[in-house]
This record gives sequence, structure tokens and C-alpha cells, in this order.
Amino acid sequence: MFDEELLTLDDFSVTYEVEPPVEAVRNVSLSLRRGEILGLAGESGCGKTTLAYGIQRLLKPPAVITSGRTVFHDESGVDIDINSLDAAALRAFRWDKASMVFQGAMNSLNPVLSIGDQLGDVFEAHRPGMSRRERTRETGDLLDLVKVGRNRLRSYPHELSGGMRQRVMIAMALALRPQLMIMDEPTTALDVLVQREILDEISQLREQFGFSVIFITHDLPLLLEISDRIAIMLEGRIVELDTPEHIYRSPAHPYTKRLLESFPSLTGDRGAFIRDGEPAGARS
Amino acid sequence: MTTLELRNVSKKYRIRGSKEMLALDDVSFTLESGKTIALVGQSGSGKSTIAKIITQLETATSGSVLLDGVPIPRRGRALRAYRQQVRMVFQDPFASLNPYHTIRHHLERPLRLHHVVPVAEIDAEVIRLLERVRLAPDLVERRPHELSGGQRQRVAIARALASRPGLLVADEPVSMLDVSIRLGVLNLLAELQRESNLGVLYITHDLATARHFSDEIMVLNSGVVVERGAADDVILNPQHPYTRQLRDASPNPDVLFAKTKGASRA
Amino acid sequence: MSFFLRRAAFYLFTAWAAITINFFLPRMLKGDPITAYLARNQGKVSPEAIDSLRILFGLDNPKPIWQQYIEYWGSLLSGDLGVSLSKGLAPVSAVIADALPWTLGLVGVSTIVSFVIGTGIGTFIGWRRGSRAEAIVPIATFLSTVPYFWLGLIVISVFSTTLRWFPASHAYSKGTIPNFSFEFIGDVIYHSALPAFTIVLTSLGGWVLGMRNMMVTVLDEDYVTVAQAKGLSPFRVMYGYAARNAVLPQLSSFALSLGFIVGGTLIMEMIFSYPGLGLRLFEATLAKDYPLMQGMFLVITLSVLVANILADVVYAIMDPRSRQEAAS
Repeated sequence: MFDEELLTLDDFSVTYEVEPPVEAVRNVSLSLRRGEILGLAGESGCGKTTLAYGIQRLLKPPAVITSGRTVFHDESGVDIDINSLDAAALRAFRWDKASMVFQGAMNSLNPVLSIGDQLGDVFEAHRPGMSRRERTRETGDLLDLVKVGRNRLRSYPHELSGGMRQRVMIAMALALRPQLMIMDEPTTALDVLVQREILDEISQLREQFGFSVIFITHDLPLLLEISDRIAIMLEGRIVELDTPEHIYRSPAHPYTKRLLESFPSLTGDRGAFIRDGEPAGARS
Repeated sequence: MTTLELRNVSKKYRIRGSKEMLALDDVSFTLESGKTIALVGQSGSGKSTIAKIITQLETATSGSVLLDGVPIPRRGRALRAYRQQVRMVFQDPFASLNPYHTIRHHLERPLRLHHVVPVAEIDAEVIRLLERVRLAPDLVERRPHELSGGQRQRVAIARALASRPGLLVADEPVSMLDVSIRLGVLNLLAELQRESNLGVLYITHDLATARHFSDEIMVLNSGVVVERGAADDVILNPQHPYTRQLRDASPNPDVLFAKTKGASRA
Repeated sequence: MSFFLRRAAFYLFTAWAAITINFFLPRMLKGDPITAYLARNQGKVSPEAIDSLRILFGLDNPKPIWQQYIEYWGSLLSGDLGVSLSKGLAPVSAVIADALPWTLGLVGVSTIVSFVIGTGIGTFIGWRRGSRAEAIVPIATFLSTVPYFWLGLIVISVFSTTLRWFPASHAYSKGTIPNFSFEFIGDVIYHSALPAFTIVLTSLGGWVLGMRNMMVTVLDEDYVTVAQAKGLSPFRVMYGYAARNAVLPQLSSFALSLGFIVGGTLIMEMIFSYPGLGLRLFEATLAKDYPLMQGMFLVITLSVLVANILADVVYAIMDPRSRQEAAS
């Protein structure tokens, strides 16, 4: 299923031009396959969010893309060089081909616009021929799809729980049936039970619609569970890229090992966790 | 030996007029020196309310909080003695330290307030505190913003230890830190706990660290303790459906890969 | 709906308190209006007239204060604010009604114009932050620090005294009678040019800066980035996501400044001898015309109150979060 390439990053670098300049992303080359979930793991400041924004060219000054090509292999067979798109073409590309789900659903939705309006303006911008009635039907269908329910179209963000808001964001990301969804810490702010629901929702929708996902988080155990491949990012570089099983069983890079050890096992041994001066694993 | 007992503590919040919300419903437990109890629950489960009641930011609607058998005093010297015995480490190391004051100031204040050491020895005690939390003594003139999140949380721990308390309430002490330094801070807390025979109430939403860090786990759901027991028992063999739900929802690669090949991580 | 009921109750209480204070305040002052009136018209008032004045003001036969209070409310509700001592015993309500349209017209229109232009400029330079448009910021800062009476005097000396382009005072040419002809309206606009220009220019900076700063804050919000990631047009992002949210704090200051129109233009109307409430209030104060002052204060208080209600309503319409309490 995953042999076809969807996105190719070649020598991609981003620098924050402050004093002194910060190389946030350094020479990242990466290929994302059609339909796969690629986990991008790293800690704050490693450049994972900058990379995600960079792909969509959402970076604001002082961040500058200093090198690299980002090619999107559209299902129509056309290759799109994202970095060379002009403003109008870039707007048309965004969300239609590649959408995003952001960290903190709390702030991703405009507090003063209704859910329906915020879903609807995606269609207004990308499907100008659509009538108001069609739009209402489509946005309603989307909310039904993510189990929020179309009766919430006229609700405002503050009237929804955190989990519901993130579902709305997923519905929004799904609106134009994009081939790629970039998810930046989509479940970090949520409680573990809600996180589980959202993850199940995402994998079910991916099965149904076949989009690829770049899933960014610091939560490596979570990535081990949901990803097809995992990239470990450290100081702007991808230091390891492998299947979850390889990452878990035989991490090659010392940082990957350290990251793995940072998450004590829920049901297994104590790992790096020292307590009471006892040797790991023993317990009185 | 210090013992803190919560006896049938309930807390009601009034929300808009006549409506009431029961944040805690008849919670009882005892925290004593040398023991760590983990309080596990999702947001809104009431775990922070417990911390607030213990640290006097809130008062219980009913029930009592007893330190060594004596109710929390309302004011005066006795209240100060209580505060000297029961200290708190907060979640946010960025917000809990005053950006205008040096690390020295933060550590000196509790020393002076509780007359821990003679005035002449305060400087030396500040350095000792920093060493206890594995921070270089030359950080003492820095201000919080010059420190990393992990360093800041270590300062917060040192500040909590300054009054030589018997009990420590740690409310999500590592959840805002970067993952690779979380374990270091928890390990430090565990060591300090052993050294000083502290009683620790570890409040968290993370089952894995709760299991490894504590002797006992209490699972809180909507203000009710639904399950409690030895840490391993609660996680490995949960009795209450809610505990099971929480455990099964937490990502657990060990189970995932055990299924595929049966091997386990070294 | 309980939200609106609660707000209504709050405003009713405030109005009651304001009106009640307005009743007690002059009664706590020394002397009575008649003595003051007589002092001004020494010897010109016959003893009979004094007596009838005392009857008119209810001073002939002192009533208990609660009865006065009830009668005060009664006459208030029938629109009777007493008579003005300095305006030949004309009803206070008539004096105010005469002056109010001028103030509302001049200052009201200028305030609205200033708000609209300032917010527009602020939106634009906030959106284009870091660009050359930012050069407006120091200019706006300067404008917002200029005292308006000072600018008013400069404007008069330049455009009226020196260049003689515009009249320096009054609302319309002497000798004309107010009517609704084009000619008269043109004359009014001509006369209001300088004061209006002064008001707009001095208040513009505040609106520009306020809006620009809010825009910069809002542009950092996640939902603005989301809107851009959605591929919306820059226009839609700027208005629907950035300005739409940034304007909320502006609206409350706008409503408040509307409330201060009536009371806050005293100096402006003095400088331009504009026949509005401010000038009347000034005259009433000089003449110790307590009934008129009392009526004016009442109007000023109520207009601030009305502006607050307006701000509340607009806010409730614009920001669904402010209606949140209603849901619980």
C-alpha cells in the first residue's frame, strides 16, 4: 500500500534570522508515502513544528527557508514544487492537498465565529461555486462524520469540550479530502481517555479516506503505537528513521535510546527509574 | 514521623447561584513520612482540589485535615508550623518563581521565615540546598528566566525543602518539563524522599510514573476515590472499570510488541 | 435570557442610584437657589415675585425630605427638571433639549468618524506589521498626546484668524434661523469644520494605536495561522479572523467615549463658543444655576449609562463568550 511517494523533502533547512541565527531545521530529507502515518518525535525546540510549518510555508519572519525542495506528488500525477508556488497557487494548494490539525484545539478555533462558519469558509475559499445550502449540508456531514453532530453547527468553540473541539478541527482538516494531514501535537492537551478516542477516530478516518499523516508529538510511546514509520528529531536533524518495532527493539541513535528510556514502562520493568536505591526491577 | 490525615473530606463549589458541584466526595487517606502516595486522575477529577485543601488555598466543605492528629490551625504560629511541615511543588516552574528575584532570594525566604538555621548560616544553607537538588552553587545569583525549565523545577524543589518539611505535595511536578528531563527530576524527588524520609503526595495523570514512583496509588474520578492499593496491584491488576479504562487508554508499547514477538525491552 | 435580565437589573439599580444622588447632592449644598437668584438680581425682584418664586421652588412650606424625594421622581418621570434661573426661568428640560442636538451632532459625528478611520488605519498597519506602514505609529502616538484645546487654539489661529477659511466660533451664522434647508445645513457644516477637525485629529491616534496593538496580538493567535493554513484569502483572514477579534476591546472604549460626548466637551465648546451642553454647563456653573446644573449632570450620567448599555449589547452580539453566563 505504501510504495507510492506522496511528499518528498530534499535538503530542507529553516533558519531563524535572529542574533545569533538559529538553525531550526537542518538539511532534512524525507519521503512520505501515500497512506502512511509518519511519526515525528522530538522535544521542544528540536524543530519538529518548524518543519511542519515549513512544509506548508506557514513560517513567519524571522524564520526563513534557507535550502531545500518540497515536492508534493499529487494523485493526478502532477508534481507540485511547494516552494515555488506563487501566493494564489499556494492558497489553492493549502488545505485542498494538505491540511493541518494544530496543537491545542483551544486556540485553533476563532472564539467569536460559529463552528459552522469556520468549517464553511474552507468551502467558500476553495469551492466558490458551492451554494450556501450545499455548504451547510457538507459542513453538517463533516460534523456527523467526526461524531460531533450537525446540531453543533451553530455552536461556538467555548461551548464545546476540548475533545469536541479537536474533533471539529479534524472535521475541518478533512473537509476537502486532502491527501496529507499534518498533525502537530493534536492530543497533547487532552486527557488520556479523550486522547484514545481521538486517536481511534483518526485511524478510522485514515482507513476510510486513505490520507497520509505526519503526526508530530513528544509522546514516543503513542507514536510507537500508531505510526507506520517514526522519525526522531534532535536539534533540527532527523537522527533516526525506522519502523516502530525497530525503534523500540533496537534503537540505533543514543538519543532515541534516551527518549525511549524517558518513558517508564506502564506494565513492564522499571527501566531507568531508580527508587529507594533498589536495583531496577526489584521491589520490596 | 509526620502524618497527615484527610478524614471524610468533601468540597462543594457553588456555580452561579443555586447550583452546586461536588468536587470531592468523602475522601479519606493518610500520608505519612517515608511513603509516597500517587493521586491519579484526569483533569476535573478533583486531584488539584485535594492539593489546594492540604495547602490551605481552599477549605473543605466538610470533613477534616489533621496533621499528627491536630486539625489545621487557622492562624498564627501554629499555622506557620503547619506550613513549615507541609510544602508544595507546583506544576509550572515558570509561574511559581518570581522573575524579579534571584535564586538566592527564593531560597532565603523560607529559611528566614521558619528560622531553620541561625542567620549566620543562611548563605551556607542556600548552597547546601542547591547541592541537594544537584544544581551548581554559582546559579545562586541568577534569576529564574536564566534557568532551564528543569533547573527551575529543581529550584522549586529546593525551596520546598528549605523549611525541612515532613511532607511534600507535588502537583504534576514534571508534566510541563521536556520529556527527557522528567525522569531525572522524578528520580531526584525519589532520592530526596529517601534521604529525608519525606512523605510525598504525587499528583499526576500519568499512570506509568505513578506506578514506579509511589508505594500506593489512589485513583480519583469525579471527586470519588474509586480504587486504591499498592502501586503495582492497581496498575497491573486494576479492579475498578475506570482504572482499567485509564490503563488501557494509555499508550503501552510493551504490550503492543509483546503481542507481535513476545520479546521485551532490555 | 437571564443574562440580559441580570444586566437590566444592574442598570436599573445604577440609574436609580445616580438619580438619587442627583437629588441629594444639591440639598447638601449651602443656601437655596432663590437666595442665589436674588443675589444675582439684586433689587430687581419685587417681594411678590420672591414669594411666588419660593412657592414655585417649593420653599414656602418645607416638606419632609422623603416627600420631596417622591415628588422629585414624579416630576422627573413627567420630564420636568425644574426651571433655570439663569435662562429667564425657562424649563431646564427645554434648555437641555436646545443644546443637546448640537453637542450630539458635532461631537457624536466626529467621534464616530474618528473611530472608523482610526480603526481602519490601525487594522491596516497592524496587518502589515514590520512594513513601512508602521511609520504611522509615531505620528499616531504624537497625535494622541496633543491636548485638544491646544490644537483647537492653533487651528483657530491658522485656519480662521490667519487664513480666514473657516469661522472660529458658533454653530451657524448670526442672524439665520435654524431650519432644515440645505443652505442652513451647509452653514452648520461649515461652522463645525474646525471643531470637528480638532476632535477627529486628537482622538484618531488613540484608535489607531489601540487597533494596531490588538491586531499584532491577535495575529499571533493560533486561529489566525489556522485560517492561513486553510488557504483563505488575505482579505478574509484580515477581516474575519484578525480584525474581527481585535476590534472587540475597541468597541468598549468606543461606547465609553460616546458616553463622554455629552460631558467631556466642555472646553472644546468654550473655545469654539459652540452652543452645546458643555457651554451651557459652563454658563450654568458661573451663574450658580443649580437646577440647570442638576439637570445637566443627570443627562450626563444617564448618557454614560446608556453608552454602557450600548457597549454591553454590541459586545454580546459580537462576542459569543460574553453570553456564556446565559448558558449555565
